[in-house]
Amino acid sequence: MGQFASFADFLAMGKHGLYVWLSYGIGLGIILYNVIAVILKKQQFFNEAKRRLRREQKL
Amino acid sequence: MKIKFPLWFYQLASPKWFYDITGKLLPWFSSAALLLLTIGSVWGLMFAPPDYQQGNSFRIIYIHVPSAILAQSCYMLMAVAGAIGLIWKIKMAHIVAKSCAPIGASIAVMALATGAIWGKPTWGAWWVWDARLTAMLILFFLYLGVLALSSAFENEASGDKAAAVLALVGLVNIPIIKYSVEWWNTLHQPATFKVTQKPAMPAEMWIPLLIMVIGFYCFFAAVLMARARIETLEREKRSEWVKTVVENA
Repeated sequence: MGQFASFADFLAMGKHGLYVWLSYGIGLGIILYNVIAVILKKQQFFNEAKRRLRREQKL
Repeated sequence: MKIKFPLWFYQLASPKWFYDITGKLLPWFSSAALLLLTIGSVWGLMFAPPDYQQGNSFRIIYIHVPSAILAQSCYMLMAVAGAIGLIWKIKMAHIVAKSCAPIGASIAVMALATGAIWGKPTWGAWWVWDARLTAMLILFFLYLGVLALSSAFENEASGDKAAAVLALVGLVNIPIIKYSVEWWNTLHQPATFKVTQKPAMPAEMWIPLLIMVIGFYCFFAAVLMARARIETLEREKRSEWVKTVVENA
């Protein structure tokens, strides 16, 4: 496995496993947060806009 | 004197044109980001050789350096867009500036957090009040200030202007971050990449880093476009073209 003898070695990262995986976890977490936040914002806008449009059409 | 820009540059100022063109670009940037970030992470985590001094903790570089670069680029874009909005009263520029702030703040958190985690095994401390680290923390606070100001006013245009002025004043922090490692004695190591020099590390270490940097930029472009598109729809919701977009959604 690349630079590592085994999968256990890969997870251990020498003695720095905690630091490395915590950093990559934070990186992934913040990337996903950005993606999810923008998707929610989009849904919220379209839900409201559709409701407004229906109300206008009724009048 | 009159400067002539290409046509697309003027078209960018049109909300509908911006919405249409970013709709076409968005899937490309999203796929590129996903591909590059996956390749870069696997390469950096598994195949790059360990550092001869730091061992495997050095692999944090593949998150830390791209996020630190991006946090600053995003700030510069936000300030420039704010200035364009202030000077030429272009509403799309303010939309872009406003969309930069939450993304930049989150990326600054990423740079600070991964830096702290990297500092612990390398320097023996999570945090030191060092010039580079403090300037980066100020960058994060500037993002928060811009975020707060842009939504603090009843009138949207006032919020846009106030946020743009703060972003421009805060621009002075960017060269301070860049040169902090040269002006002051610091624990922080100097720049990994310089345009004028060959990187001081072997290719199998810096190629994945370059891939990650480009991947982060693609990710930023995608999220920024997505955010700016929604902000555009919200601000233009009374126009006919937005009603058509909503009807067809």
